[in-house]
Amino acid sequence: MSQVLVIAEHLNGKLNSSTAKAVTCAAQIGEVHIAVLSDSPAAVAAEAAAIEGVTKVLTVENAANANTLAAVLAPQIAALSNGYTHLLMPSTTFGKDVLPRAAALLGRPQVSDIMEVVDAQTFKRPIYAGNVITTVKVPAGLAIGTVRTASFKATALTGGSAAIEAASISVDLPSHTRFIELQAAVSERPDLQSAERVVSGGRGVGSEENFKIIYDFADKLGAGAGASRAAVDAGFCPNDMQVGQTGKIIAPGLYIACGISGAIQHITGIKDAGVIVAINKDPDAPIFEVADIGLVADLFEAIPEIEAALG
Amino acid sequence: MKILVGVKRVIDYNVRVQLKSDGSGVETNGVKMSVNPFDEIAIEEALRIRESGVEAEIIAVSIGTKDAQQQLRTALAMGADRAVLLETDSEVQSLDAAKALLSIAQKEEVDLVLVGKQAIDDDANQTGQMLAALWGRPQATFTSELTIADGKAKSLREVDAGLELIEVDLPALITVDLRLNEPRFVKMPDIMKAKRKPLDTIAFADLGISESPKLETVAYEPPPVRQAGAKVADVPALIAALKDKGVL
Repeated sequence: MSQVLVIAEHLNGKLNSSTAKAVTCAAQIGEVHIAVLSDSPAAVAAEAAAIEGVTKVLTVENAANANTLAAVLAPQIAALSNGYTHLLMPSTTFGKDVLPRAAALLGRPQVSDIMEVVDAQTFKRPIYAGNVITTVKVPAGLAIGTVRTASFKATALTGGSAAIEAASISVDLPSHTRFIELQAAVSERPDLQSAERVVSGGRGVGSEENFKIIYDFADKLGAGAGASRAAVDAGFCPNDMQVGQTGKIIAPGLYIACGISGAIQHITGIKDAGVIVAINKDPDAPIFEVADIGLVADLFEAIPEIEAALG
Repeated sequence: MKILVGVKRVIDYNVRVQLKSDGSGVETNGVKMSVNPFDEIAIEEALRIRESGVEAEIIAVSIGTKDAQQQLRTALAMGADRAVLLETDSEVQSLDAAKALLSIAQKEEVDLVLVGKQAIDDDANQTGQMLAALWGRPQATFTSELTIADGKAKSLREVDAGLELIEVDLPALITVDLRLNEPRFVKMPDIMKAKRKPLDTIAFADLGISESPKLETVAYEPPPVRQAGAKVADVPALIAALKDKGVL
């Protein structure tokens, strides 16, 4: 029987939605344990223990774990993985930063962006911005991978009653890497990666000021707000809104792309959305090739009209 | 200071990638190859560090077939001082690439290793982090702003929650993100000049690194295709279509 250790992602004492998605992948492989590394893991551990099907939560309490520094976390994760058949993290910037470092310490290869579990050692993953899907087999021994969160629905956050245990590991932690600050955008909107609806703006929005139309529209729909790379590069909005190959890969039930042409790198980030709507002036924009519903229109006219119709 | 920059030869990002007809991999025959765009940003950043007044020697290193000399020449034309090709005809996965680059970093006693955050072919996003781990040195991934001073580097990192600022002691490994800089265009005289810059070749097998366990790719397939839906005439039709799909 496979034993899978999932490393929890959390911020400000709350479990990130990516963790429950990684658990879904893990549960297709075997028995699931979660490890919480933090300066004060209790609240996050309690949340993790309630995830359906999780049988054990390990906590590593250490002041050095107050921030997610890969150089600090990786040796602890490598030590924790002892005895497990699988080690998984979500394929967010957190998992992408930390897990390869742990894998190298363990001398093992890593499968990045697992999108499907074929069997306990075999997984599907995208390459070339999702234009090719490969099936890869992990050699005998510990299997290590990041989980493409858009490919897995989150496991229920209630119903579990896993035992919580403090893990005892002893590894030397480096002091050569220091956290200074996190400049987090404060937003009342739903988190892009777990939002059921997302409204995104592209170059066609035109300016930072104009992006208000996207934010207002998102608020009207109770949606998260996203952007194309072009819009972020142009300085219309912050980097954490970027959706696509090098930004966030998302899978909302409804995705509305406004003034986004639909570069292949952007499409990569939204392929798993339920319904894709495109609003664009250019009838030949490639976004219409993947949109379920397309509207050729000026977004500055169409959005107010939609809002009015919604009442 | 000495800076090592990783340069990977990949299919040009404008090419629509095709599977080989027998499904054994991706077609690279007759396909335009380029420097991995993220690595190009890494080269540019090394040049800007030097241009900011820091005395720096920039060494571009690639792993691959003889053809990767072309990408190293590009790095030299951009302004790198010399280049090293770690030549092999075999596929080199992230962990072995990390070991190989590290062997050069240690031999050259570099202060900084700059690489792209990922290569746009395998999209693995691993080599830099693995190199830092084996080196026992700091890593600053997804860097979108970099300052070097007093034996330390400050990196503003693009993370899902926003921007994270960290400080690392040198030597360190930096992986670069898109918004760090915009790489310069190479001018004809620089291309001529680059031909005279040193480009050494070392057989990958002669590096003496221990071979790591490898992933085996057992199948390549095209992704499931999303069918285009229909265009609607106006906003009322759009709203009706949304209601019809049960998302409003």
